[in-house]
Amino acid sequence: MRSEYIVPIGPDGIYEIKTGTWRTTDPRIDQDVCIRCGVCLMHCPVGAVKREEGRFTIDLEYCKGCGICAHECPKGAITMEGRLSA
Amino acid sequence: MSHVEVMNGNRAAGIAACLARPDVIAAYPITPQSSVVEFISRMIAEGKLDAKICEVESEHSAMSVLEGASLAGARTFSATSSQGLALMYEPYFRASTLRLPIVMAIANREMISPQTLWASAQDSLSVRDAGWMQFYAEDNQEILDTLLQAFRIAEDSRVLLPINVCYDGFYLSHMSERVVVPDAEEVDAFLPDGYDPEHIVLDPDRPMAVDPLTNGDLLTEYRAKHLAAQQAALQVIEEVDAAFSNAFGRSWDGAVEPYRIDEGCQAIVVTLGSMTGAGREAVDRLRDDGEAVGLLKIRAVRPFPAREVREQLAGVPAVGVVDRNVSFGWNTGIIYQEVSSALYGVQGTARIPIISGLGGEDITVEMFEDALRKILVAGRLSSERRDETPETIWLRQEKEGGAA
Repeated sequence: MRSEYIVPIGPDGIYEIKTGTWRTTDPRIDQDVCIRCGVCLMHCPVGAVKREEGRFTIDLEYCKGCGICAHECPKGAITMEGRLSA
Repeated sequence: MSHVEVMNGNRAAGIAACLARPDVIAAYPITPQSSVVEFISRMIAEGKLDAKICEVESEHSAMSVLEGASLAGARTFSATSSQGLALMYEPYFRASTLRLPIVMAIANREMISPQTLWASAQDSLSVRDAGWMQFYAEDNQEILDTLLQAFRIAEDSRVLLPINVCYDGFYLSHMSERVVVPDAEEVDAFLPDGYDPEHIVLDPDRPMAVDPLTNGDLLTEYRAKHLAAQQAALQVIEEVDAAFSNAFGRSWDGAVEPYRIDEGCQAIVVTLGSMTGAGREAVDRLRDDGEAVGLLKIRAVRPFPAREVREQLAGVPAVGVVDRNVSFGWNTGIIYQEVSSALYGVQGTARIPIISGLGGEDITVEMFEDALRKILVAGRLSSERRDETPETIWLRQEKEGGAA
C-alpha cells in the first residue's frame, strides 16, 4: 500500500501528476501590477500557485496552462504567453 | 417508551430519518418517494427537527449538496426513486468513492419506458455496482428499523460508505400498517451523537485538497480499500443488528433472513422486498400440505452476503429466485445472477430463474404456491439434470381479454 488514506485527498494525489507537461501557453505574473489579493491561488485547479514571501508565483511543473488565473485576476496582472506560436 | 402508530412506508422512513437527527436533508420530489421529504420538511417547519433542508432543482443537485454537507461533517439524508435516481447517477458514484456515509431511502419504482409509476427494484438494482450499500425492506417496520441501523452501519469507522434503504413503491410507500415508533431518547442512545469525519473533511482547521486528479496506481488502491470496506460491512451489519435487538427488542437477522428452512428442505424460494410476505404465506400453505419448502429473504444486496446465501442454499435439491426486475442480456432477474454467483461450483442444486411482478403487478400467494411447486418439480430431477441451466419462468396472473 502506497497510501495511508482510504479516499483521494491532497497529500496523496495533488502533486502526483506533473500536469505542467500539458501546458501549451505559459502564465506570467506582472509583479508590479499584482495587488497580492490571492484570487489566482484560490482559483488554480491544480494548486500550482504559491505564495512566497508575500508574492504569488506559479510552479510551472504543475501549471497546465488553463488560463483561469489570468481570466480571474482583477487587475489583469497575469498574461498567457504562447509557446506553440513562439 | 415507544408507541404504536398506523402509518405508510414513506412516513416510517420520514420518522426514522428525523429520529436520526440529520443535519442536512436535500431532495427533489418524485413519485412514489415525495411524501418522505414532505414529512421531514413539515417537521422542520414545526420546529420538531433542527436541520437544514435544501430545495434543489434536480436529484443531481440533491446528491451534490449532500456531498458538500457530508464533507463538512453533517449527518445527511435524502430520498428518491427511479428516474430521479438515474439523474443522480454521477454524484451517486462520487458519494461512495469519496466514502461519504450518506443515508438515502429509495421507494423502488420501475424504469421507463413505457411510462410507469409502480414497484420494481429495477432502479436501485441497476446501480448496485456504484459502491453504495443497499438494503431492501419487507414491511414498514423494517423500513423504520433498517434506516436507524443504516446510519450506524454507514458511519462505522470500518465501513464509511453511503447506504440505501430500498422498499417497493406503493406496496410499502403508500400502504398503511402497524409500526412501533421508538422514543427519541432510545434512538439517541443507539446512534452516535452526530457524524464526525476524520478521513475526509472540508475544514479550515484541517486543510486538505479533496478529490485531486489521481492516477490509476492510487485509484486501484482506493478501490481495493472500498471493496474491503464492503466486506467489512457484513460483520458490522451483524453487530449493529445485535445492538439494535438489545436496544429495541427487534432483530432483522442481518443480511439474510431464512424462513422455515430446515435440514430436510426440498425447495427454497428466494425473495427481495415486499413480495416476501406472500412468499411466507405460500410456504406455510405448502408446509400444511406436507411439502418441505422454505424461503430465504435477501436483506442486503450490497454487500452481497454470499457466504450466508451459500450456507442456506447449497445442498437443497432446488432453489428458485423470484425477481421483480430483469437483467438485460442474461434472460433472468438480477438477484438470480447474484444468487447463482454465490452458488458457483455447487452441484446438485437446481437454480430456477423466475421473473414476476414487473411494473407493480401483484405477486399473489397463489403465484408463489405455483412457483414453489415448480421448484419442487425441478428438485426431483436427477442430480445431473438439476445442474443444467433451466428455462426462465415468467410468472404472471391470468387475465381475461386484451394482452395477457
